[in-house]
Amino acid sequence: MSLLEVKNLQVSYGGIQAVRGIDFHINKGELVTLIGANGAGKTTTLKTLVGMVKKSGGTIHFDGKETDNIASFNFVRNGLVMVPEGRGIFGKLTVEENLQMGGYHRNDKDGIQRDIERGYELFPRLKERQKQLAGTLSGGEQQMVAMARAIISQPKLLLLDEPSMGLAPLIVEKIFEIIQMVAKEGVTMLLVEQNAKLALEVSQRGYVMESGRITMSGPAQDLLADERVRNAYLGE
Amino acid sequence: MDIFLQQILNGLVLGSIYALIALGYTMVYGIMGLINFAHGEVVMFGAMVTITVISLLTSAGVALPGPVLVLIGLLVAIPACMLLGFVIERVAYRPLRNAPKLAPLITAIGLSIVLQQAAILIWGRNYIPFPPILDHETIDVFGATITQLQVGIVVLCISLMVGLLVVVEKTKLGRAMRATSQNPAVAGLMGVNVNTIISATFVIGSALGAIAGVMVATNYDQAHYYMGFMIGLKAFTAAVLGGIGNLGGAVAGGILLGIIESLGAGYIGDLTGGFLGSHYQDIFAFMVLIAVLIFRPSGLLGEKMADRA
Ligand SMILES: Nc1ncnc2c1ncn2[C@@H]1O[C@H](COP(=O)(O)OP(=O)(O)OP(=O)(O)O)[C@@H](O)[C@H]1O
Ligand SMILES: [Mg+2]
Repeated sequence: MSLLEVKNLQVSYGGIQAVRGIDFHINKGELVTLIGANGAGKTTTLKTLVGMVKKSGGTIHFDGKETDNIASFNFVRNGLVMVPEGRGIFGKLTVEENLQMGGYHRNDKDGIQRDIERGYELFPRLKERQKQLAGTLSGGEQQMVAMARAIISQPKLLLLDEPSMGLAPLIVEKIFEIIQMVAKEGVTMLLVEQNAKLALEVSQRGYVMESGRITMSGPAQDLLADERVRNAYLGE
Repeated sequence: MDIFLQQILNGLVLGSIYALIALGYTMVYGIMGLINFAHGEVVMFGAMVTITVISLLTSAGVALPGPVLVLIGLLVAIPACMLLGFVIERVAYRPLRNAPKLAPLITAIGLSIVLQQAAILIWGRNYIPFPPILDHETIDVFGATITQLQVGIVVLCISLMVGLLVVVEKTKLGRAMRATSQNPAVAGLMGVNVNTIISATFVIGSALGAIAGVMVATNYDQAHYYMGFMIGLKAFTAAVLGGIGNLGGAVAGGILLGIIESLGAGYIGDLTGGFLGSHYQDIFAFMVLIAVLIFRPSGLLGEKMADRA
């Protein structure tokens, strides 16, 4: 039984169908990448998984249960967490407060504090900037805040929407190191990336999305070697 | 008597009440970019309910010290206004959450009128005197005077404002309020029930408004169904002056506006050679409002005018 099982998922904005009946699944412990051109429907898919957008058809099973009746603010309590496109940090909250927001739904004060400390161990730069307003951090540091905050919220499945967007190559590498570190911690992840090469290199499996449909899927290595993928997404 | 010092003291009393009401405007604006013009009416209801409770008690022959009677009145008025604030948000604003900004604004103005009419039905159109249960003993301050009651008002205002700042800056609820005001969608991803937070904002603002209403009524010794309009507009001006959405700004703006108004009222006769009297004091608030909107629309402590306004 997969951790996430999506069948014939359809999502529309008004009359426009952004996702046109896709099937995919994610197993526990996996790191899976979803690639696709601009407007393919990747963000829409992630938003639907965390209840920010309502689906118009199909089924989503997470942890064996349908997610249809979960209130949007309760997805995190079920273990579904997303780091949105553009990182979604609270710019006028301090770094520490941002991390505390990751523990908002938890009631174990000591546990939250321990996890915040662990976040600082993962990202020592954040420790130095504890009391700084998160909006004043560099893009890479903000991504660290977003990742640390997501980990503190104890996801069973973590959805990452273009974590490398707008970052310098060196920082992108750092972010991918972080993703691998988080994966080693045992967190299952679905990664959406424009940087398809790097994403597939760290993933076990991948899906390719085009105009609202999944057109290819398979082990990441196979996709990396595939002619069509190489031409369309790896710029070769 | 020292007119200057006297006007500063009067302004401080008035200004701290403005500040308390301005917090209600600025909190709601900060969290949902909405000017809740009906907040002035919540203030009015606070005054009316308190007076009603006190009148009922005294006419029933309850002989308690004045401050205790006021406290009992407040203990009824605060929850009543909290409920009113909660209902206002649920019924009038929540259905318009995703509507164009003009819709909730017009609704707010309509709601003010509805609440005023409701007050007329309950309490009538006449001025309602505050029962004479508080003595207005004065204290001499370097030739100026202030009543004990006024000292109490200022002290209570400051305590409440400090209390609110502590809640917003130091508690989990406050953190969630700030997170929601910055990015409700992401706050929701973190498990924050945005509807609950917005309700809490209205409820807290309304509680402060109820207390402010009683202060206004004791300070002027009367209440009236229309009192919320002018006091609300002044407090709104104070919030804009300080930088709407900014709590510290609302406090600074309120106190500053109170002092400007009092000084203006104190000297307007001299300035115009007796042509205009102190009852023109209201023009100062609106001169301030216009000046701020022209020269510094972001207010004293605001960063820049939020683009969702
Ligand atoms: N809120 C919305 N209202 C209407 N249409 C939308 C909305 N959000 C997305 N769309 C449309 O849905 C389609 C899919 O958008 P989506 O953001 O999911 O793509 P994406 O794969 O994430 O693209 P990108 O790589 O540019 O982030 C696009 O055609 C987009 O214009
Ligand atoms: Mg996207």
